[in-house]
Amino acid sequence: MTNSTLTVQSITKRFKGQTAVDQVSFDLKPGERVALLGHNGAGKTTLFKMILGFLKRDNGDISVLGSMPGSSPARQGTAYLPESVVFPAALTGEEIIRFYARLKRQKAGRALELLERVGLAEASKRRVGTYSKGMRQRLGLAQALIGTPQLVVLDEPTSGLDPISRQNVYQLIGEIAQQGATVLLSSHALTELEARTDRILILSKGQLVANDALGSLRAQAGLPIRLKVWTKPGAAQEVADQLGAGKMNGRSVELDCGLDDKVRTLSAISALGPLVEDLDVHAPSLDDVYRHFSNTAHKGA
Amino acid sequence: MVSRILTIAAQEIRIGFRNRWILLATLILAVFSLALALLGSAPAGTLGVDRLTITVASLASLSVYLVPLIALLLAFDAVCGEIERGTLLMTFSCPISRPEFLIGKAVGHTLVLTFALVFGYGLTAGLLVATGTGSLSGLVDFMRLIATSVLLGLSFLAIGYVLSALTRQAGTAAAAAIAAWLGLVVLYDLALLGALVANPSGVFAAQVFPYAVLINPADAFRLFNLAALGANDLVGGMAGVAETLPFDPALALASLAIFAGLALTVSAVLIRRITP
Repeated sequence: MTNSTLTVQSITKRFKGQTAVDQVSFDLKPGERVALLGHNGAGKTTLFKMILGFLKRDNGDISVLGSMPGSSPARQGTAYLPESVVFPAALTGEEIIRFYARLKRQKAGRALELLERVGLAEASKRRVGTYSKGMRQRLGLAQALIGTPQLVVLDEPTSGLDPISRQNVYQLIGEIAQQGATVLLSSHALTELEARTDRILILSKGQLVANDALGSLRAQAGLPIRLKVWTKPGAAQEVADQLGAGKMNGRSVELDCGLDDKVRTLSAISALGPLVEDLDVHAPSLDDVYRHFSNTAHKGA
Repeated sequence: MVSRILTIAAQEIRIGFRNRWILLATLILAVFSLALALLGSAPAGTLGVDRLTITVASLASLSVYLVPLIALLLAFDAVCGEIERGTLLMTFSCPISRPEFLIGKAVGHTLVLTFALVFGYGLTAGLLVATGTGSLSGLVDFMRLIATSVLLGLSFLAIGYVLSALTRQAGTAAAAAIAAWLGLVVLYDLALLGALVANPSGVFAAQVFPYAVLINPADAFRLFNLAALGANDLVGGMAGVAETLPFDPALALASLAIFAGLALTVSAVLIRRITP
């Protein structure tokens, strides 16, 4: 436990009788990329603000790099990018990076190299007011990377970005994690997180309802794999009968199967030979997994 | 600590230059002071008083209105505007203390204001000296005016920070700043005047009025400057008060400094309590 970057132990925060964060505990190790999921108002930003020491918690303990949240050593090793920052439009990207480098007591020269890393080298002398949304977000990321922090907290770093910019952001996040930093990011764009995070935390109505790698979450959820079999014209009924189940839908048959059943079902389908024209396999996406966990939590409560 | 304060201050100055705030403030001060000096002091020659001194007396009255306004406009956005834009979260997640942040803002804004005052008013002073109508002693009066204007500005900057920290929206803070300006600079004097006219020889006029003037930074500023000029006969009005005061006019300067210090302390306490 001593080498954890961030330890959160059963913290609770109430606002005027409403519980925003309820008994949340988790533990992040160096080099991990962790995504915190939850719908709007699930308590993500509240949790972040407590981790950064801006909000007092009502109960529980937080340890950031072995120190109190908001303490000088904790802030020294932590970088934060809030949701939708608006930088002073009159200043250039370079001036903003210099400013934060000075506040973080880092060399401006190394900080300015970050502008190159996020692809803003050419725009560095231009006013931030002329930047596109993706460029501003990358400037924010460059700010967060100044001085190689050990814990990087990003609040919805990809919201409002186009697919290419999102990819760039995740590429950068991967690079940061490779250097040994822990990255904790929040998002509700779920599908883009697949394969880009090591662990997923799901927050629902203030409670942590899931905390595991995506693969294990899938297994835990036990969501069926959906198969869609395209048949020869007029053969749908026969195929449905042969497979013993499934919804008929004109020229296709849909059926669900569990993970352990997958291979057996597939071979049954291929045994049908010429009756089958095509086959779609839908593994449960992160969206499905997420919906499963946040729904079961609500039913239980 | 000092380097972080200076970093914040330098950023404010850079923004001030970049979005032409400084230019605008300097221009306003220059235009108004030139107008006063060139058009408003025609009778000075017959009085045999240094024209620069006369101008300083008029500028003191001008400063009472303009400097608080400029200061409040510079300051109202300092905390709540940064909360709205999200930059305060980012700045506070850096290793900088909140009072350091506020002091940095105050230093930066004070320097912006000083720049505008020195160049705006300086233009007028330079013109008067160059045309041979100003003297060295007048220049001392002039420097006193600028120095005390900076102090007056600092008081209102601090009021602006307090309002900015109390309101979470920049729009609300702007409205509150204008209300503060109206209240402290315009209505306060009107109320005092009204009370004085209603009962010119009562307890209020003798015992309350002088102190009521003392505790308002705008009035304290005017009182000190006009008393220091010895220009009572020239400008009349409120300056005549100085002779009948139950205290030394220097106390007005002390009051101004104390007000600025107190308001800054209050804003520093408030900013420690806010959640960005």
